[in-house]
Amino acid sequence: MLNKIYDWVDERLDITPIWRDIADHEVPEHVNPAHHFSAFVYCFGGLTFFVTVIQILSGMFLTMYYVPDVENAWKSVYYLQNEVAFGEIVRGMHHWGASLVIVMMFLHTLRVFFTGSYKKPRELNWIVGVLIFCVMLGLGFTGYLLPWDMKALFATKVGIEIAASVPFIGELIKVLLAGDATIIGAQTLTRFFAIHVFFLPAALFALLAAHFIMIRRQGISGPL
Amino acid sequence: MHRGKGMKFVGDSRVKANNRMVNMPKDYSEYPGKTEAFWPDFLLKEWMVGAVFLIGYLLLTVAHPSPLEGPADPTNASYIPLPDWYFLFLYQLLKYTYASGPYNIVGAIIIPGLTIGALLLMPFLDKGPERRPSKRPLPTAFMLLALASMIYLTWESVVNHDWEAAAKQGEIKEEVDIEIDETAEGYLIFTGEQGKSCIACHGADMQGGGAAPALVGNELTAEEVAEVIKNGRGAMPAGQFAGTDEELQILAEFIASLKAEE
Repeated sequence: MLNKIYDWVDERLDITPIWRDIADHEVPEHVNPAHHFSAFVYCFGGLTFFVTVIQILSGMFLTMYYVPDVENAWKSVYYLQNEVAFGEIVRGMHHWGASLVIVMMFLHTLRVFFTGSYKKPRELNWIVGVLIFCVMLGLGFTGYLLPWDMKALFATKVGIEIAASVPFIGELIKVLLAGDATIIGAQTLTRFFAIHVFFLPAALFALLAAHFIMIRRQGISGPL
Repeated sequence: MHRGKGMKFVGDSRVKANNRMVNMPKDYSEYPGKTEAFWPDFLLKEWMVGAVFLIGYLLLTVAHPSPLEGPADPTNASYIPLPDWYFLFLYQLLKYTYASGPYNIVGAIIIPGLTIGALLLMPFLDKGPERRPSKRPLPTAFMLLALASMIYLTWESVVNHDWEAAAKQGEIKEEVDIEIDETAEGYLIFTGEQGKSCIACHGADMQGGGAAPALVGNELTAEEVAEVIKNGRGAMPAGQFAGTDEELQILAEFIASLKAEE
């Protein structure tokens, strides 16, 4: 049955080459922990992606309850945490996932660095990877404000002050992020929500796509 | 392979389908070493690693509920801010003399900017063909130095932070909803001439403020309240009440009566 459906679609769209590009390739021995245990360092990139997927899913569920508004943001998180069935788990996964994704991405960066995998022909993929790192830090920074509790507000105040100390364009960045030249308040919360949920994920998806397409084109770097 | 510019990639998937059955990986003998098909063999093993990781992740989630402090209150001027743990090294850097105050730009922009810039342009700074860390000592040394500084700064930031005070300042305060009888004799003394310095810190609504705790919902007896008013407690100085001993007694009994209902 499935084969028939596959054949029916394949006859019309010729999807086999797409399938081959995505999944049909050989994994060399030196990255396979089943052959060399030390090759587990090659798992960090995949685990980063794994946590990212969990972040996307848990984040989608969080927005079912979260209200990006100064009056209700904290209350909605409190309600989610204490009243909603499994709300504590979903929020917990998003909270800890944010830390784990940073840890895994950092380890992945170190692996790529110390195996010299950023060298020709993979320069572009390294640059895209560093940009993904920056987007992830941005997601961490903007997401930290959203529960609208004490630590969120005051950490964001400090963060925005640091952004404001950039020469020449500091004030512009501050107004862009906070929505106001002096107040960290209602505007800031809605802006951070928009950045956290729409702008940065969009950038992240584009960069991840570029990252993966380049890996598939170039293959994984050879053994040292 | 005859397409492209003659580049050869490891594990290239762009192999023509000649002589190959659909969905069947190439024969392993065509590759050096023990290669394995990504789908489904290797992906299954990756998923096993992922499953072990997921168990640890879920245990962490269940064992440590994610923290939530009290609702944001911009009027609280005494709150000591702290960023999430992965920004702690930057936060710590900004505490040093030549990275803060007039030199703020060094700690906030120049050092992080140079680091990110160097990381971004790594392939163009380290162009040699050598890949082994031991064969390219400078990049390795810089990375190890950066790593050591990040660990050191994070460590310093953690040991120098007052975690108990941080937990206390962020506590979720139970909303105390107690009707204050504004015609009570005790309340008239509190808001009257005798209680001027009471209101200054605890507020006319008795909800407290940055410098003093709320009086409503206290857990003291009348004697204890009178004791505190006379001798002070914590940041509260002694002898603030300007009324007579009888008035003090009435006031203490009134404050002690403002209990949260069980």
